[in-house]
Amino acid sequence: MKNVIEINNLSKAYGNVQALDSVSFSVARGELFGLIGPDGAGKTTLFRLLTTLIRPDDGMATVEGLDIVHDYRAIREQVGYMPGRFSLYPDLTVEENLNFFAALFGTRVEESYDLVAPIYRQIEPFKKRRAGKLSGGMKQKLALSCALIHRPSVLFLDEPTTGVDAVSRSEFWDMLSELKTKGITILVSTPYMDEARRCDRIALCNEGRIMHIDTPQNIVGGFGGKLYAVAANNMFALLQAARSATGVAECYPFGDTHHLVAVEGFSAELFVSEMQGQMIKNLHIERCEPTIEDVFIKLMQR
Amino acid sequence: MKTDFLKFVRKEFLHILRDKRTLLIVLLQPAVMLLLFGFAISTEVNDVRVVVVAPNLTDGVKDAVNRVAANPNFSFCGYISQNEVDDVLRGGDVAAVVVFAADYDRRMMQTALGEPAATPVQIVVDASNTNIASSASAYLQNIIAGTASAQSMFETHLLYNPQMKSAYNFVPGIMGVIFILVCAMMTSVSIVREKEVGTMEVLLVSPVRPMRIIVAKMIPYFAISCVTLAIILLLSRYVLDVPMSGGVGGIVGLSMLYLALALAFGLLISTFASTQVAAWLVSAVVMLMPMVMLSGMLFPIENLPLVLQGVSCIIPARWYIAAVRKMMIEGLPFSAVLHEFAVLCTMLVALVGLSLKKFNDKLE
Repeated sequence: MKNVIEINNLSKAYGNVQALDSVSFSVARGELFGLIGPDGAGKTTLFRLLTTLIRPDDGMATVEGLDIVHDYRAIREQVGYMPGRFSLYPDLTVEENLNFFAALFGTRVEESYDLVAPIYRQIEPFKKRRAGKLSGGMKQKLALSCALIHRPSVLFLDEPTTGVDAVSRSEFWDMLSELKTKGITILVSTPYMDEARRCDRIALCNEGRIMHIDTPQNIVGGFGGKLYAVAANNMFALLQAARSATGVAECYPFGDTHHLVAVEGFSAELFVSEMQGQMIKNLHIERCEPTIEDVFIKLMQR
Repeated sequence: MKTDFLKFVRKEFLHILRDKRTLLIVLLQPAVMLLLFGFAISTEVNDVRVVVVAPNLTDGVKDAVNRVAANPNFSFCGYISQNEVDDVLRGGDVAAVVVFAADYDRRMMQTALGEPAATPVQIVVDASNTNIASSASAYLQNIIAGTASAQSMFETHLLYNPQMKSAYNFVPGIMGVIFILVCAMMTSVSIVREKEVGTMEVLLVSPVRPMRIIVAKMIPYFAISCVTLAIILLLSRYVLDVPMSGGVGGIVGLSMLYLALALAFGLLISTFASTQVAAWLVSAVVMLMPMVMLSGMLFPIENLPLVLQGVSCIIPARWYIAAVRKMMIEGLPFSAVLHEFAVLCTMLVALVGLSLKKFNDKLE
């Protein structure tokens, strides 16, 4: 199967900042591919390169076999793009926004209604409301409807779940899975590690580089080492003490616990007694499964 | 594709109509400016308070004083004595004092006969407002000299604006400024808004050539400016009594050309401004100030230093205002402004070319 997106050593700098540093990967047809990384990882730059909004300094890339530099007009006919900020007109109503974007792509809402209906129907009761007055989740749905209105074969979604509540975020990923079944290739970025599990494959990126690409399962499976969640009365003292304990490679805050990466020589009993010697009260320790965030932190430490 | 284009235009109209405050400003501002300049801010000499010092109230003096008192530009506030002159002027109660010599009649007679004589009348003016002072003293001289029925060496005819009404002069200037404000500022801000909100990214990634969107954007502003033009012309004709004897067609045609020029200006600004505030500042400060100062709107171009006269040549408003003055006030036909018309056409072509060249269908 031919790859829909093919990226080879793509680089882009803004002044002294190397936003993207020799990135290469490919995305197969019908794949839901996630770019996972913090702000400043280069995700938006990559989207803008692939949607032909900016030119690369070095390297090359193709979308649907079309070169992003030379065939940029042809690419613009085929892709759907949802920029980081939902690019809607706040003073136009839901309906007017959708109609305008349909006209922009030379189509009419009726022609693609079957594709956008599962999403658009949820906001249709508010179609006379101005887009600026919608909640984050509704804006997101409208923006996705607008990006789909011309039946693109590839969808570029730049942080579509940022600024959206947890329920809407989960619904959104359900919608993406639904679109995938219709053969649409999706490249999506997110700073939320927990969303990465919903992708077929993910690329972990940081500071313009891709650190690792694999399926979420393989990435988590390749963590290596045992992981414990620890907690105590004084979390800060615990963090300090745990970092110098026997057999502890790494200890970092993770939600309301600390995650502790154990290597050889570590045992839970020994750790408990060591912590008691450091006057740590109310210590809890239990084994836990690594998440993508744990892998990310580990990769960052290198 | 044609219906799509109409949809783009419709969308721009919606943007404008939903921003009621801006729309109101755009439509009312010209009327307010015109009426302010026409009535409130006046450089004419009106109602100047005058007192008279007359040691001998002869018939000749009375005759002169009556003529001053009868003149609508002056209001006569009575007689005072010689040693009060300084006080009343300092007090600011009066703007001018006319001092008649004790032997005024004799001196006037001698002057009329061509014999050497001492000055019969002195005019003391409060020159803290130089404009009023010079106009008032010149006017007073005329009135008083006229009473002596002496033969004047000069006969002055004021053509085109015989009553020297300043509103006449301001109308073309206001038109020159308003259209730049409405067209250049509002189009540039509305294009840059798309960049700021992020919709420009989607517009660029769409298959539609961005130029189509931009042109669609300009049409509503052009339409609104035409409404403004109509308001200005109607107010000028029927409220300010500007004659427009040269025919309205030429003025409208030239104004439309100038509107297009202002739109192109707005487009050019939008190609390098990345925020609405920047676009606004460029239109308001960088463009508006030189336009007001150097276009001949407030100060005659001939009075500028040579270097600034040179600079004024690249300011479209200068040519537009000059041409509208000719047609509106002097009543000349369109054929009299062909030179200005040609200059504006050249500028339009240059501006459109430049902004098309600078317009980028990328984000960088």
